Amino acid sequence: MPVISEKELQPVYDVIVVGSGAGGGQTAYTLTMNGVKVLMLEAGRYYDPLTETPMFQSRAQAPLRGMSTREKPFGFHDATVDGGWEVPGEPYTQASDNPAQRFDWWRARMLGGRTNHWGRISLRNGPYDFKPRSRDGLGFDWPMTYEEVAPWYDKAEMLVGVYGSNEGLENTPDSPEGCLLPPPKARAGELYVKKHVAKFGIPVIPIHRAILSVRQDFEKLPSKLHPGNARAQRILAESMKARAACFWATDCGRGCSIRANYQSTTVHLPPALATGNLDILCDAHVHTVTVGKDGKADGVTYIDKKTGKERGVKGRAVVLAASSGETARILLNSRSARHPAGLGNSSGLVGKYIMDTVGAKLGGSVPAFENLPVHNEEGAGTHVYIPWWLYKEQHAGKLGFARGYHIEFGTGRRMPGLGAGSAGPGYGKAYKEEVRLRYGAGIGFAGRGEMIPNENSFCELDPSVKDKWGIPVLRFHWKWSEHELKQAVHMEQTFAMMIEAIGGKVRKPATDGAKAIEPGGSIIHEVGGAIMGDDPRKSVTNRWHQLWDVPNVVLNDGSAFCSNADKNPTLTIMALAWRSSEHLIEEMRKGNL
Amino acid sequence: MDRREVLRWIGGAAAAAAAASRLPVGEAQTSARIGRQTGAPGPGGARIGSDPILNKNYSPGDLWPLTLDAARRRAAAALCDLILPPEPGDKRPSELGVPDFIDEWISSPYDETSKDRPVIVDGLAWIDAESGRRFGGKAFADLAEAQQCAIADDICGKKSVKTEFKTAQRFFERFRWLAASGYYTTPQGWKDIGYVGNVPTIEFAGPTPEALRHLGLI
Repeated sequence: MPVISEKELQPVYDVIVVGSGAGGGQTAYTLTMNGVKVLMLEAGRYYDPLTETPMFQSRAQAPLRGMSTREKPFGFHDATVDGGWEVPGEPYTQASDNPAQRFDWWRARMLGGRTNHWGRISLRNGPYDFKPRSRDGLGFDWPMTYEEVAPWYDKAEMLVGVYGSNEGLENTPDSPEGCLLPPPKARAGELYVKKHVAKFGIPVIPIHRAILSVRQDFEKLPSKLHPGNARAQRILAESMKARAACFWATDCGRGCSIRANYQSTTVHLPPALATGNLDILCDAHVHTVTVGKDGKADGVTYIDKKTGKERGVKGRAVVLAASSGETARILLNSRSARHPAGLGNSSGLVGKYIMDTVGAKLGGSVPAFENLPVHNEEGAGTHVYIPWWLYKEQHAGKLGFARGYHIEFGTGRRMPGLGAGSAGPGYGKAYKEEVRLRYGAGIGFAGRGEMIPNENSFCELDPSVKDKWGIPVLRFHWKWSEHELKQAVHMEQTFAMMIEAIGGKVRKPATDGAKAIEPGGSIIHEVGGAIMGDDPRKSVTNRWHQLWDVPNVVLNDGSAFCSNADKNPTLTIMALAWRSSEHLIEEMRKGNL
Repeated sequence: MDRREVLRWIGGAAAAAAAASRLPVGEAQTSARIGRQTGAPGPGGARIGSDPILNKNYSPGDLWPLTLDAARRRAAAALCDLILPPEPGDKRPSELGVPDFIDEWISSPYDETSKDRPVIVDGLAWIDAESGRRFGGKAFADLAEAQQCAIADDICGKKSVKTEFKTAQRFFERFRWLAASGYYTTPQGWKDIGYVGNVPTIEFAGPTPEALRHLGLI
């Protein structure tokens, strides 16, 4: 059963999976490798990185030197199809005109979703991150501990292939032997920063990224990941064998035709399809989950985007992994007499507690980097980062805000684009010499911090606006708290301090957090909207991501997250989707669903 | 491992990957690919859209017609070459398609680019008119280099710019930004600016000893 058309649909499936990204891909992988018959529905078109990725095209070979446009906000060669901040025919609305309360929602419409263009940063949540409320009285604890989730972080890293190192730092978990692949070397400028910020107690260590720095051990890993399942081991071995190691050139955001990095389309879906247990239907936009007379979910309704017609498919269980906002939207649109506030919404919490990462950035010029002897500094994008280092000061109440952030940065002469040739006024030989001197002699730091869930940041159905098929769209409410605004100020202050420590020139850091902080949603780590918990009155799903109200509906994207730590959400989405999919299989085998 | 070997390996790996792991194709996605936008709407200036074919090479003029007239193109070519004179053995920017890029930019159907159209078109007209005024009716492209520099020196902003040349200064600065963007994105421009990436390698070699020494790290 491959990528199918509508007339090849089976009358009923074991599980319907909505969404083909990190959560959907992981779910389909785990289910099909264990013999479960799955239909995956993807709202976007079929997409194949092997034939579509522009691996070596230069910007001179793109229209307008690859300029960012409204339809391709991350530039021409970015892998995103039919998406970005706007999706044609599928609007969303803002509850407020106030720019400080704006929420920007990034969506892709393609097989593999946002995993095709994402930054591949793959950090584990740490032990503190699962129990934040217990630590500082704010937000919500998850209904499980890091230790309970750790085995699935191990599996996800082994399956996907993640480079990085173990540094033994606080709340920055180490992976067991055999999980991480060797990280690439730090660049010259990155080593320079590391040396000069050490005096502040700031660590610079390898970052974790879902990229094969070396090929995977296809002989040992399959038996670790699928003990006792010889067929799954064989299928996985074949898939791993066919993934090449990174060749340190193409920007990961273009996708990867040699399968050296993780995208659902090249890591989860090929082995899942090879089991013969997976049908994938593209151009199928799911808008509701249908519920039978017995109160159980029995399928979904979708729009066939090619014809505009509405269709239904049947399944014994439904997994929603359409991304946090879209999953909340499906639940809210699945209203019925039995579920008047939307499916799974007896708590009233569907759509609530949307969180994005706190972002701020600051850069400067660095004379020390001028005239750096020319050498290839491309690598694989981000090689190093700074994990949050002020746990003790923060816990002692010295910082004035409650949660931490990590810092990303990179140095070196990278592929020139629009704006290359920056220099003071002039022209000719002297101008070109100044261009050469200045190119790569700069640095930019970006902070990625934890937001505390709040009552003012949520989504709901817009009372009047509908998409082109007549389905109600989301309306976003957004507000930062003082914690996030102060954190953003601290970020800029830290960046200015580091730039000065390397002898660089930088503007004064912002003192107004509202000026420093990037708009909500713009970091594209939005999670929440269907919080998990142990109390059905205070949560939407249980610890296995099953809706309390309808246990054969499982949420395997970021919608069930209780917090959004300063560790990008994707690896956690995969680990939890794997864990909850195994639980779903058990429940189905026992006849509990 | 020498470059030829690396490329052989890359070709092999890519082919193996493609053969072994291609998603099985049913009729669904074949029709999807036929049906979708190719990103080549022809003359008339349609936007690139949200789903152009990425895995191919584009040149200025492929997606919308270039609109600079012959006189403006001559002036643009001469000015590119003055701003970015080639190193010994290198080609002039006008031989590398840089004026074509500028034409593509100002001929394109985007707010971000169309606001540059009057600045560039009027500026190129101005520089020919100024050249004619100063040097007996000659076009800018027909001046000796020292004469071109006399005009450029008055407007580039390196020395203080007289009020009467302020508009011309804005033109020069914007033109330079475009010319440099067009040039430094070419293979020769890469070499010129010190970028040596976009090359497949087995390992990421990291900083050279020279680079580390330069930063006092060894």
